[in-house]
Amino acid sequence: MADLTTEFLGIKSPNPFWLASAPPTDKEYNVRRAFEAGWGGVVWKTLGAEGPPVVNVNGPRYGAIWGADRRLLGLNNIELITDRPLQTNLEEITRVKKDYPDRAVIVSIMVPCEEQAWKDILPQVEATGADGIELNFGCPHGMAERGMGSAVGQVPEYIQMVTEWCKKYYSKPVIVKLTPNITDIRNPARAANAGNADAVSLINTINSITSVDLDSMAPEPTIGGKGTHGGYCGPAVKPIALNMVAEIARDPQTHGLPISAIGGVTTWRDAAEFMALGAGNVQVCTAAMTYGFNVVKEMISGLSTWMDEKGYTSTQDFIGMAVPNVTDWQYLDLNYVTKAKISQDDCIKCGRCYAACEDTSHQAIAMSEDRVFTVKDDECVACNLCVNVCPVENCITMVEVPAGQIDERTGEVVSGDYANWTTHPNNPSATAAE
Amino acid sequence: MATSHQASGIQAARLDAAGIAENFSDLHPAYDAHEAAVAADRCYFCYDAPCMTACPTSIDIPQFIREIQAGHPDSAAKTILEQNILGGMCARVCPTETLCEEVCVRETAEGKPVEIGRLQRYATDTLMEKGAHPFTRAATTGKKIAVVGAGPAGLAAAHRLAMLGHDVVVYDAKTKAGGLNEFGIAAYKSTNDFAAREVDWLLQIGGITMDYGKKLGEELSLDGLTSGYDAVFLSIGLAGVNALRSPGEDKDGVRDAVEFIAELRQAEDLTALPVGRNVVVIGGGMTAVDAAVQSKLLGAENVTIAYRRGREDMGASRFEQDLAASKGVKLMFNVMPKAVLGNGAAAEIELEYTDVTDGKVSGTGETVRLAADQVFKAIGQTLEGQPDALELEGRKIKVSDTGRTSMAGVWAGGDCASGGEDLTVTAVAEGRDAAMDIHSSLMG
Repeated sequence: MADLTTEFLGIKSPNPFWLASAPPTDKEYNVRRAFEAGWGGVVWKTLGAEGPPVVNVNGPRYGAIWGADRRLLGLNNIELITDRPLQTNLEEITRVKKDYPDRAVIVSIMVPCEEQAWKDILPQVEATGADGIELNFGCPHGMAERGMGSAVGQVPEYIQMVTEWCKKYYSKPVIVKLTPNITDIRNPARAANAGNADAVSLINTINSITSVDLDSMAPEPTIGGKGTHGGYCGPAVKPIALNMVAEIARDPQTHGLPISAIGGVTTWRDAAEFMALGAGNVQVCTAAMTYGFNVVKEMISGLSTWMDEKGYTSTQDFIGMAVPNVTDWQYLDLNYVTKAKISQDDCIKCGRCYAACEDTSHQAIAMSEDRVFTVKDDECVACNLCVNVCPVENCITMVEVPAGQIDERTGEVVSGDYANWTTHPNNPSATAAE
Repeated sequence: MATSHQASGIQAARLDAAGIAENFSDLHPAYDAHEAAVAADRCYFCYDAPCMTACPTSIDIPQFIREIQAGHPDSAAKTILEQNILGGMCARVCPTETLCEEVCVRETAEGKPVEIGRLQRYATDTLMEKGAHPFTRAATTGKKIAVVGAGPAGLAAAHRLAMLGHDVVVYDAKTKAGGLNEFGIAAYKSTNDFAAREVDWLLQIGGITMDYGKKLGEELSLDGLTSGYDAVFLSIGLAGVNALRSPGEDKDGVRDAVEFIAELRQAEDLTALPVGRNVVVIGGGMTAVDAAVQSKLLGAENVTIAYRRGREDMGASRFEQDLAASKGVKLMFNVMPKAVLGNGAAAEIELEYTDVTDGKVSGTGETVRLAADQVFKAIGQTLEGQPDALELEGRKIKVSDTGRTSMAGVWAGGDCASGGEDLTVTAVAEGRDAAMDIHSSLMG
């Protein structure tokens, strides 16, 4: 079994699976259950300033979308930060950290954008013995209306300013949690970096309406006939999160800035993908909320098994390995040619590849009278749609046409040489190939 | 006090009412909404779907399953019923394992097809439970059409013709409509009087007059019908039953399986229906299985199906064979009846083993005797009472693809007509298609 011990910002945890700041980490009771199940760390649900706590709606807080067999794919919430008194949370954090010294305990914080507010809360958090803090600049609902959460995360100058305050009044690692509800994730990440953040974590939830009740004509979740946008998370957001993590990892200005990745992590594989794109660890919420804390067991065993298979002895061995392979479109090799190939042994003859290609793509799949589906190499542009719609995994694969062979679609011999758009003759601003 | 399994002879009350109720409950209980959602999720919405091609009525199966997925079982029902007005009964009795579900790509993929039949039942039951009839009649055409035989073919034809604006009179020799849906098939496939309820629901279209107790060749003549109506559709089924042609066939306890099934289907109280202790059913089709399984369910101790060819030639599907076996029916292959023995009443049957060479069955000379106080003959039904004026093909009324007989103005469909398998769903397709052809020929 590979050793999953992870050191992130100097904080050790037995595995890279942390629970994200969210309902599962709102109370001592939940967090103890999580640690007993095996979670490597938690980011405690966001604390607000001293005083009367926030209140939550008393109607539904969550909405969702589902795939086949009602598998939950996306979850949205309109819950606010912790609605329990600050002192209660601080006492519980202190107790839990004392009892679980080997686990990471990070405290999420969201207080108004005033230096005094941060100056007030940070020493109290420091006193708990928690390992670090995470600045909630991400929640897109409710708190944003009060100038906090994503309202801060959308203004890079505020991010930098608050991060600087935190570094001034708090001695341990400061993680800045970023909102995806912006146009370019690199700007808030650069601001956090400029403010000397120890790490960024992302993504927070995405603004969303999950559905509309067509009888009451109101968005879901509906509270007394009205609804509001909420924060969207779960497996459906993973691709968005992967890209944002990769953008920060490969940006020269933030390259090397530690990242704690969040967004739809459900199995070990999701975690490995985020880590390959540069994340030092991952945070999980929806999978735990959907299946309970025991999901971490598969994550632990799965990641360990995969690492053993690959010969990795530490998570450090593969963190960031995929980053150099994330590039811009213009640098993709236009001389790389593939064709779809349908395995007749695996084909169940549903014809979805045919419908997709014939109706919506390049008419590159032939269908015989007896439902044998074959790729027409002279029409196939290798778009991969057939692969994606086929219900049988690996039944359709993309096979590279080796250099020297003719691409039947273009009639040209496949060159083995790398050539991209920057040098392509159709590119008005092409530079001559060297 | 119930009579035991071991009581000899043909006896009623081998099981008590509770045992009977349990045995004759729905073979495939209806899905609830959750089960339907889970089952529907498995459909891949295939292109030019094999299931649809395999359906004799060409129901757009991917479409109706998608409508269930999207929360509209009533729309799904309409999609089904547009093609097959008896979609409710077909959902219960179709041998889906040899039709739509056999070719389902998930049968190919996982050996477990989408349960199309049960989804069809979910959709049609949902609609019919509301008492809703989704079709309306076109403006009246003034044309009158006679349908002879109120079985699946006749009902399908009548409904389609009525919907197109024609006035239809449906005659039937019996006192009740439904044909084999009502008098044939196993009771556990059509529980809660479904066949009769479906007929009532179908007749909501309007424009159809039912006229019972009228038999072709007796109260009705083809000449009378052709002169009194603009068109005639014959769906008279197969009223004749093949004989064993073995010594002892006339003994007490030897009877036609179809008659037994009809009696069972019409019985008010199944505990009062007598059945033998040792039942032997001769034949290999659905009728044989239905008679054998129901004998067992009534409480017979030993039930054997004796079929003269091998398993692979059996008319009943493998699913039906396995159903029979699971109920405790013994299946014997390659045996044919040689004689029914007994003093007045049947007591034993002598079977001779057979060889099948080039499709021909011959006896090997080796015989076996089984105890048999009741013997059911299920060796096929034949056309009976058809008008002499109509040309035959083999032993059925010769028809074109659209059901035209050799006589102008006369169409035929269902089991009495040539072509197609003798299935409810095939009969519906033939009735529907003949109706469309009648319509176009009348409205030209």
